[in-house]
Amino acid sequence: MSGFTLPSTTLLAQSVLSGVFVGALYGLLGLGLSLSWGLLKLINLAHFAFAFLAAYLCYQMAAMGIDPLLSLVVIVPAFFALGAALHAVMARFAITPFNSLLLTFGLTGIVEAVIQSIWTADFRKLESSYGDHRWKVAGLYVPLPELITLVLAVSLSLAVWAVLRHTDLGKALRASAEDAPIAAAFGIHQKRNALLLAGTCSALASVAGLCLALGFTLAPAQIYAWVGVVFAAVMLGGLGRALAPLVAGIVIGVSEAVTMAVTAPSWAPLVSFTLLIGILLFRPGRAA
Amino acid sequence: MSPARRWPAAQVPGAIGAVAVAMAFLPQFGLPAFYDSLLYLVLHWIVLATSWNILSGYSGYFSFGHGAFFGAGLYTSATLLARWDWPFLATLPVAAAVACALGVALGALVFRVKGIRGEVFALLTLAVTFVLGTLIVNTPIDGGNGVSLAAVPVPALGPRPSSTFYLLALVLAALTLIVAWAISVSKFGAGLFAIHDDEDAAELMGVPTFRYKLAALAISCALAGAAGGVHALFLNYVTVGEVFTITVPLTVVLMSVLGGARHWAGPAVGAVAITLLLYAFTAADHAVAGKAAIGLILIGAILFMPEGVLPRLRRSLRPPPRPAAPHEPVAAPAGANAAAGPGVDGAPLLQARGLAKSFRGVRALSGVDVQVQRGEILGLIGPNGSGKSTFINVVSGLYLPSGGTIGFEGRDLAKLPAHQVAQAGLARTFQIPRPFANQSVLDNVALAAMFAGGLRSPAEGRREAMRWLAFAGLQDKAPVLPAELNLHQRKFLELARALASRPRLVLLDEVLCGLTPTEIDDAVALVRRIRDQGATVVFVEHVMRAVMALTDRVVVFDHGRVLAEGPAADVMQRPEVVRAYLGEAPPALPPTPPASAHA
Repeated sequence: MSGFTLPSTTLLAQSVLSGVFVGALYGLLGLGLSLSWGLLKLINLAHFAFAFLAAYLCYQMAAMGIDPLLSLVVIVPAFFALGAALHAVMARFAITPFNSLLLTFGLTGIVEAVIQSIWTADFRKLESSYGDHRWKVAGLYVPLPELITLVLAVSLSLAVWAVLRHTDLGKALRASAEDAPIAAAFGIHQKRNALLLAGTCSALASVAGLCLALGFTLAPAQIYAWVGVVFAAVMLGGLGRALAPLVAGIVIGVSEAVTMAVTAPSWAPLVSFTLLIGILLFRPGRAA
Repeated sequence: MSPARRWPAAQVPGAIGAVAVAMAFLPQFGLPAFYDSLLYLVLHWIVLATSWNILSGYSGYFSFGHGAFFGAGLYTSATLLARWDWPFLATLPVAAAVACALGVALGALVFRVKGIRGEVFALLTLAVTFVLGTLIVNTPIDGGNGVSLAAVPVPALGPRPSSTFYLLALVLAALTLIVAWAISVSKFGAGLFAIHDDEDAAELMGVPTFRYKLAALAISCALAGAAGGVHALFLNYVTVGEVFTITVPLTVVLMSVLGGARHWAGPAVGAVAITLLLYAFTAADHAVAGKAAIGLILIGAILFMPEGVLPRLRRSLRPPPRPAAPHEPVAAPAGANAAAGPGVDGAPLLQARGLAKSFRGVRALSGVDVQVQRGEILGLIGPNGSGKSTFINVVSGLYLPSGGTIGFEGRDLAKLPAHQVAQAGLARTFQIPRPFANQSVLDNVALAAMFAGGLRSPAEGRREAMRWLAFAGLQDKAPVLPAELNLHQRKFLELARALASRPRLVLLDEVLCGLTPTEIDDAVALVRRIRDQGATVVFVEHVMRAVMALTDRVVVFDHGRVLAEGPAADVMQRPEVVRAYLGEAPPALPPTPPASAHA
C-alpha cells in the first residue's frame, strides 16, 4: 500500500507510452525523409511543409463533415502527384543534395505563407469523434488518435521495408542509390522509379499530416518545430532504411518523454539533439 | 581569386572605409529615427551574412549554427549588462570572445572527424544551436523568461539613441567587409578556396586544412558574437525562442547564396536586397507575402544562378580573356631545385622501412622496404591491387601508415600530416586528375607554389606558377578553368602543380594512363626534363614502353609486398615477376613470353 511510489510508476509508464506514440509520429515523418535522402540523394525540407498542408486539408475536410481517415482517399494521391512534380523539377535541374535542402527550404516558406493566408496564424484543432475514444489498459490511458498513428506508422514502415527488400522495384531503387550509372546500364528505368519514390515519400508525408491533425493543434509556425527532432531520428536510424526511422523515432520519443517526466519539459530538446550530435560526430559515415 | 586582379590591393579597404565614414554623417541630417533602425538592420545582416561566409562560403563548410554563435554573443552582452551593470561598449569585445571560444571548441572537435562535411556539418551545427538554446533557457542565464534590458542606458554616440546602434553596426560592417576582402585575396583565402574544391588535394599540396578551418571559424564566430552583443541592447528584451532558431542561419545562407558565396561582397549584396525586400513587404502589411517572395527568390536563385548574383554579373561584365602572358622560355626554371636538402651523395633520398597499411583487416601493404636514390627515376610496377598506389598514398601522407617508417632527408614522414609532408619537399600527382574546379589553371598551380613551396603571397605564387605552366606547355591555358582542359592537359596540369612547389621528390601516379601514344611520348619527355632539372622521380605506371624507356630501376609489387627490384629489362625476365603478371604457366605449355606491352 505504498500510495507514494505507485502513482510515480504509473506516471513513468504513461510517459513511456506517450513517448512511443509521439515517437511513432517522428518515425512516420522521418520515413519519407529518409527514403528521399538515402535513395534519391535529395534532402526534402518541404516534407514537413507537405505534412502540415495535408494536416490542414484534413482539418478543413473534417470541418465539412468528412471523416479524417476517409480524407486520405483524396489527400494521398494529391500529395503523390505533388511530390513527383517537385522531383521532376529537381531532377531537371540536377540539384545537388545541399542545394535541394536550400530549395525545399524556399518551398517550405511558400507553403507556410499559403497556409497562413488561408487558415491564419492561429492555432487550429481538428475536431472528430476519434478524440472521444480512449481506453484504459492496465491502468494506462490509450487514446484512439495516437493508436491510429502507431498502427499507421508500423504498418507503413513494414510495407515499405517489404517492398524495398523483396520486390524488383525495391532492388532497382537500392541499386540506383548505390551507383546510378551502373544501375542504368543494367536497364533500370531510373526516371520513372525516382518519380515513383518521390511521390511515395510525399504521400507518406500526407499520411503523417493526418496523424498530426488527429493528435496536435496546428499552427503554420509549428512546421519548424518538427524539423530538428525528425532529422535526429532519420540520422540515428541511418539513411534509406525503412524500419530504422520508426525504431529511432520511438527511442527518441521515449527518452524525451522520460526526460520531461523526470525534469522539466523545457529540457526535452536536449535529448534528441545531443543524440544527433553524438551520431554525427562518431558515425558521420551514416549520413553521407 | 580573380577579384585580386580586378581590384588592386589597398583600393578596396580604402573604398569601404570612405563609404563608412560618409555614412557615419547620415544621422546628422535629421532623418526620422526609423531610418536609423532600418539601416541598422541592413548593416546587422551584412555583418552576419559576411561573417558566415568567411568559413562557409570560402571553405564550403556550410554552417547552420550561426545562430548559436550570434546568440552566444547576444546572451553574453545581455548577461553582463543586466546582472553586472557593465558599460555597453565594454561588453562587445567579451561577446566576441565568448562566441569565438565557442566556435574554436566546436571546431577543434568537429574538424578532427573526417567526413563531417556538407549536410552533416550543417545539421551538426544546427543541433548545437538547439542544445545551446536549451541549456541557456534552463539555467539562470535566461531562466525561461528572457532577459530584459529596459533599464540599461544606451550610450549616446549620435544625435539619438537609435543612432548609436546604427553607428556601431556601421563600424562592425566596415570591419567585417574589410576582413572578408583581406582574407579572400590572401594566401589564407587561397587555402580556404582550395579546401572548398577538394580538401584532400589541398592538404596534399601543403594547405594546413585543420588550422585554416579553425581560424576561419574563429574569425567568423567573433564577428557574429560582436553583432549579437550590439543586437542584445537593440532588441531590449532577449528570449531564447527568438535567438536560437533556424531563422538566423537560413537567412544568412539565403543572403549569401543569393549574392554569391565565393565572393567577399556577395553576402553583403544579398543582405541589402533581402532586408529591404522584407521591409518593403512588412511595411506594406504583406509580411506573409514577403515570406513567400523570399521562398520564390531562393528557389529561383538555386535553379537559375546557383553561384549567386555577383559572380553572374561579373561574368557578363568581364572583358574577353586577355591574351596569355608572354611566353617565357620553356626551359626548366634555372636552379629550381638547387636547394636540395643536406645528405651525403649516395645516401638514399627516401627510405621506407617495414611500411604497412591495412584497411579493416585487408593488408594493402605489409612490410615494404623501398629505397629511392637521389636523382634517379624509379618505376613502381605490379598487377592491379598490388599496393603501388597505396604506397604513394601512404608516403604522400594521404593515408596514415599502420606501421613502419619513411625516412626523408633525416625526417620520418610517417608521423607527419600530409601538408607537412608536402612542405618537406615531396609532391605527388593523382591518377585521376583532381584540379580545384573553381580556380583558374594558374591559381591551381599557384596554390602548390604558395603552400608546399613556401611562397608568401598569391602574387609570388602566380609568378612562380606561370614558369611551371610554361614548363608543362600550358601557358596559354593559364586564365581558364580546369573544366576546359582535355585529359592530356589535365595530366600536365597535375605535373605543373606537383613541380611548382620545387619538390626534391615527385611521386607520379599513372600519369600516362588514358593518353594516346603521341601524348605518351610528350609525357615521357616531360618526365625526363623533370629529372634533368633536379628532382627525383618515383612513378607508378602500367605502360611498359614508358617504364622501359624512363626508369633507372623498377620495384615490383605483388600482394602488398616487394617482389623484385632492379633494372627494368632484367627484372621483367624473372620468373616470379612473369608469374605475378600472367599467372602460373600450365606445365604443358611452352614457356611464357616475357611481358612486354601493357600489363
